[in-house]
Amino acid sequence: MLEIRNLVKRFGPFTAVDDVSFKVGKGEVLGFLGPNGAGKSTTMKMIAGFIAPTSGSVQVLGDDVAEAPLKTKAAIGYLPEGAPTYPDMTPLSFLNFVADARGLSGAERKRGIDAVVEHVNIGHVLNQSIDTLSKGYKRRVGLAQAILHDPPVLILDEPTDGLDPNQKHEVRELIRRMAAGKAIVISTHILEEVEAICTRAIIIAQGKILAEGQPADGGWRIGDHFAEPGRLDAVFRTITGGPAKEAA
Amino acid sequence: MSGTSAVFKREFQGYFSTPVAYVFICIFLFCTGIFTFYVGNFFVRGQADLKAFFSFHPWLYLFLIPAISMRLWAEERKSGTIELLMSLPVSLAGVVLGKFLAAWIFAGVALACTFPMWITVAYLGDPDHGIIIAGYVGSFLMAGGYLAIGSCISAVTKNQVIAFVLSVVVCFLFTVSGAPMVLDFFSAWAPQVLVEAIASFSFLRHFNAIVEGVIDLRDVVFFASLIALWLFANAIVIEMKKAG
Ligand SMILES: Nc1ncnc2c1ncn2[C@@H]1O[C@H](COP(=O)(O)OP(=O)(O)OP(=O)(O)O)[C@@H](O)[C@H]1O
Ligand SMILES: [Mg+2]
Repeated sequence: MLEIRNLVKRFGPFTAVDDVSFKVGKGEVLGFLGPNGAGKSTTMKMIAGFIAPTSGSVQVLGDDVAEAPLKTKAAIGYLPEGAPTYPDMTPLSFLNFVADARGLSGAERKRGIDAVVEHVNIGHVLNQSIDTLSKGYKRRVGLAQAILHDPPVLILDEPTDGLDPNQKHEVRELIRRMAAGKAIVISTHILEEVEAICTRAIIIAQGKILAEGQPADGGWRIGDHFAEPGRLDAVFRTITGGPAKEAA
Repeated sequence: MSGTSAVFKREFQGYFSTPVAYVFICIFLFCTGIFTFYVGNFFVRGQADLKAFFSFHPWLYLFLIPAISMRLWAEERKSGTIELLMSLPVSLAGVVLGKFLAAWIFAGVALACTFPMWITVAYLGDPDHGIIIAGYVGSFLMAGGYLAIGSCISAVTKNQVIAFVLSVVVCFLFTVSGAPMVLDFFSAWAPQVLVEAIASFSFLRHFNAIVEGVIDLRDVVFFASLIALWLFANAIVIEMKKAG
């Protein structure tokens, strides 16, 4: 459903994303991992059609993001890094705005809004200015916006950052529930989250894909490494910068 | 289309959900009042028209319109909501237009709030209503011109103060390019064609032409194409700057 081919993004002389390719199919939840500054958010921005790649292509449901941006944007739900929202709006007016902009109307719109309000549990703050919400609630509103139109492709940049443990759990459950009919990409620094919800993971650093992995034999197999349950972080460290094996 | 109207609605309501709209309209009314009645010697002139009232609009807009336009894009870029906005299935042109129209209609609302002036002259004398209507049309068009400039400049920077100052400067250039002082300066040495060209860009010249009571198509076309041009530049600037 989502296919990325040889994606490159340069900012001046600096290469933020360097020849990244991957595919995400229906029912998959891809965990996008990597140290700070690895190029995760930049890749996601290109998928969402916010910034144009220097070279390479992104296809969403067979449409190219560069050629049919409105079509691909309609098919994507995107939570940008930091979950930006309009502080002077209320969650309800904000969701109404997004529904308008996405062309939802009538019963579909009401159903969509009711459903996401329930999913991310913001019913009791719907009419409070977003400005005055706590960080976690702001993020929930951002998440609500991304799933409002029940998109086939979901791109979530650190969806659980700043949430309390209960809400983290809720959001993971939500993602797991939605996964069946969708292609989902989430970036995260929480490796237990990868074990909890991802069906596959990619580790990138300095813009390049270093390793790919999936659950196997009761743990995770990433590249040449095997991680026992709960030990993904050790493998992550080895791959992204621990003992510099390749340097030798 | 639904995207443009969604953006328009959000922006327009935004003015009224904060004190911005009320403060702006109050200041606008206060200034037009002061200028018309005191500086413009409305009563002393003893004429039943709104010439004095309209003649100050370019100078008021010079400061008040950049105050509306400065946040249009600068804020969106600073807070990162531009990323959210651009991930919605709405074309860039649609967003630029929606934002601009919201600001323009808002300026129109502020302008419409000056109707007591009209009632006053109608009560005191027997004004030519056609000329007054022309004045309002001209003023509204001119506000659109200033707004389009301000909107484009607001996309250049994340800093609203810088956006404000730059907009005032550029709007000032577009205003005074027709003032006698400026033209005298140029006509001393520049060829007549150039002087003519500079003067033809002046808001003052086109606005004054309309305020005289003749809505000449050329003046309307001037403002319309100026708005289109600046909004086009606006879209290009966003395309270039949005990532940073
Ligand atoms: N607009 C930009 N101009 C210049 N450099 C940029 C720009 N955006 C991102 N970068 C650089 O690209 C690199 C990748 O950034 P990116 O935000 O994609 O990292 P990330 O993997 O999401 O990191 P994090 O885990 O901290 O969120 C960084 O070095 C960053 O400084
Ligand atoms: Mg990031």
